Amino acid sequence: MTSINPTRIPVGGADAPPAGPRPARRSSARAAETRRKWYEIIGLTTPAIAVYVMFVLVPMGFAVYYSLFRWRGVGPPTDFVGYDNYVLAFQDPVFLDALRNNAIIVVGSLVIQGPIALAVALLLNRRFRGRAAFRLLVFVPYVLAEVTVGIMWKLLLTGDGTVDALLRQLGLGSFVQAWLADLDVVIWTMLFVLTWKYVGFAIILLLAGLSNVPPELTEAAAIDGASWWQTQRHVMLPLLGPTIRIWMFLSMIGSLQAFEVIWVTSVPAVRSLGASATMATYMVDNGFFARLWGYGNAVAVILFVISFIAALLFQRFLLRRDIDGAVTGRRN
Amino acid sequence: MAMRHRAGATLALLMTTALLVAGCNGGDDEAPAENELYKNPVTLTWWHNASQDGPGKTYWEKVAKDFSAQHPTVTIQIEAIETNQLQRTRLPAALLTSDPPDIFQAWGGGEMREQVEADYLKDLTEQVKDEVANIGSATEIWQVDGKQYGLPYRMGIEGIWYNKDMFAKAGIAAPPTTFDELNQAVTKLKAINVIPIALGAGDKWPAAHWWYNFALRACSVDTLKKASVDLVFDDPCFVKAGQDLKSFIGTNPFQPNFIATPGQNDPTSANGLLANGKAAMELMGDWNRGTLETVSANPEALKKFLGWFPVPAIAGSAGDAKAALGGGDGYSCAKNAPAECVEFLKYIVSPEVQKGYAETGTGLPAAKGAEAGVTDPALKSILEATSGATYVQLWLDTAFGSTVGNAMNDAVVAIFAGNGTPEKVVEAMKAAAKK
Repeated sequence: MTSINPTRIPVGGADAPPAGPRPARRSSARAAETRRKWYEIIGLTTPAIAVYVMFVLVPMGFAVYYSLFRWRGVGPPTDFVGYDNYVLAFQDPVFLDALRNNAIIVVGSLVIQGPIALAVALLLNRRFRGRAAFRLLVFVPYVLAEVTVGIMWKLLLTGDGTVDALLRQLGLGSFVQAWLADLDVVIWTMLFVLTWKYVGFAIILLLAGLSNVPPELTEAAAIDGASWWQTQRHVMLPLLGPTIRIWMFLSMIGSLQAFEVIWVTSVPAVRSLGASATMATYMVDNGFFARLWGYGNAVAVILFVISFIAALLFQRFLLRRDIDGAVTGRRN
Repeated sequence: MAMRHRAGATLALLMTTALLVAGCNGGDDEAPAENELYKNPVTLTWWHNASQDGPGKTYWEKVAKDFSAQHPTVTIQIEAIETNQLQRTRLPAALLTSDPPDIFQAWGGGEMREQVEADYLKDLTEQVKDEVANIGSATEIWQVDGKQYGLPYRMGIEGIWYNKDMFAKAGIAAPPTTFDELNQAVTKLKAINVIPIALGAGDKWPAAHWWYNFALRACSVDTLKKASVDLVFDDPCFVKAGQDLKSFIGTNPFQPNFIATPGQNDPTSANGLLANGKAAMELMGDWNRGTLETVSANPEALKKFLGWFPVPAIAGSAGDAKAALGGGDGYSCAKNAPAECVEFLKYIVSPEVQKGYAETGTGLPAAKGAEAGVTDPALKSILEATSGATYVQLWLDTAFGSTVGNAMNDAVVAIFAGNGTPEKVVEAMKAAAKK
């Protein structure tokens, strides 16, 4: 930064205030420099900060405030109940089901998508005919709108629908389940649809990470007599570490906030029985459909706190090396 | 009333516009304003739920245009919003602000009670006496403490829509009038390998409506009326409703995996099962005629086989056998809406406009004098049954308000899923009343 800082140039020039001993002048010059730096910082960050405060911090503050009221969204909130709404949430078996489902989605996404994405990315990183087309195909589900994906799978997975028919024709009729109706199966169906939708994103991220690995390294490995597999295992994989960790972070946060696909694919009855509810769908079902606005805000705050803590822990323990200096503070 | 003077002109205008292309009626002129109304230009914002392209949406556009043509000072801005969006998010949020829509969808019942307590709605009592007299007792749903805060344009009771061909094939001579007969019909329909009753439990309310009907049969009218106002559910009849429902579900009258079947709007829904000849019956409101048609592969065949009968009675029960569950759609004016809003509302529920509404086939008109617009035989039988009902109980989830209603529906769905109990429904309702 300092090498291209233009503020240095005019300092101490002809326009500098006369008189005064040198040390004082130097310090006033430094002060002017600091001031200018601050103007720069303020000028460049104000729009972003203003938007952030207006649309993130202020609504968050309101959510916390409303969550302390028994309020159905009619008239201003007046019935202050303290943290009662939070207690109610943790007493509701459906909310606890939602927490469990979120946990399944977080762990399931990491465990299933990770290996698949890695395998496909390593494969797609090799040169072969139709690679571009294949890459595009893999990425298509991620580009589709969540609602489109939800409706599509809802129609495919409906009782005696396309998926069931396909399984029967393949002689796998005994595997047919009530994908969207069996209360013990539906969360795994959701996990499958989410995996189908988001694995492409993981693949693209990892492919980008792979393309950052200098070819000299693989060449050197090849000269040293490493097999393709050894190269992947000992050269590619370690260098892919930062990318994998960033993907894990994004996947985890996305899983905690899972909403659209589940909202569209699974019907209200199955959600309200807890079988496919997530914290976010539970929040909307209770906040808007049961018109418990205060309670809904409490659920929103719980969701925020859980995501926030998860993000902090992840950054503290897994992302530390990757984002050193950017988030965790300066290190000498 | 000004309404009557304009009746002839309105009718003429309706007929002209029916013949003309929508854009060509700019030349129609109207007698100068008779009173203080219509002196200053006003814009009315109108939020309704006919958001899907179709006769319902087109008709409201025409109604607004006709009204503006008669009263050039009035401009009407329509926003058509999907029901759930409108009712759950858009409207509550807009009503909290200082600039709500002027005229908007109102379902009456518990929600309206809260809106009145928050002073959101215009008291129409003095201005709509004639309309209330013409519509009749249905207007009570849009009343709070004897004052009128909205008027219905659609009103009907629910009953069982059925496939006449399947009934004939199964050897069912006449539509069941008691639950015993209904059970027999279910057995006969199973014998010819069709789904006896289609159920869209996935959307929760279609399943909950079965419970409502058992409650209507088990509870006295007084108990139900009191429950709607005080939200007290101590009467054992509410538990009885769940028990009756449980034994009815035990006869397996529904299609498999009904817990994930949507109610309407797509071919895999319960509507689709009835409309496309896979199921013999479905419990649903008067709007079903239109929604069945949208999911039917062959609307002509549907028209031929579709019939309707009232929900059967239960022998020896406390409830009124001639009472029915029903509900409607209405509109309210915001507290600070201009006076023209009330005039427009009166225009919407006037017999001529109501007749045109009935002709769209999207629902039964609420006002008398519009009956001629109902031509479908199934709808006609609903109209007869509605006027023959001794008491029309508003859908319980609407009557008790969204909070109790939602908890009640969830608990009833749990019975359907096999992990709820009749007692838990009442417990959930009581708990929600305190939330």
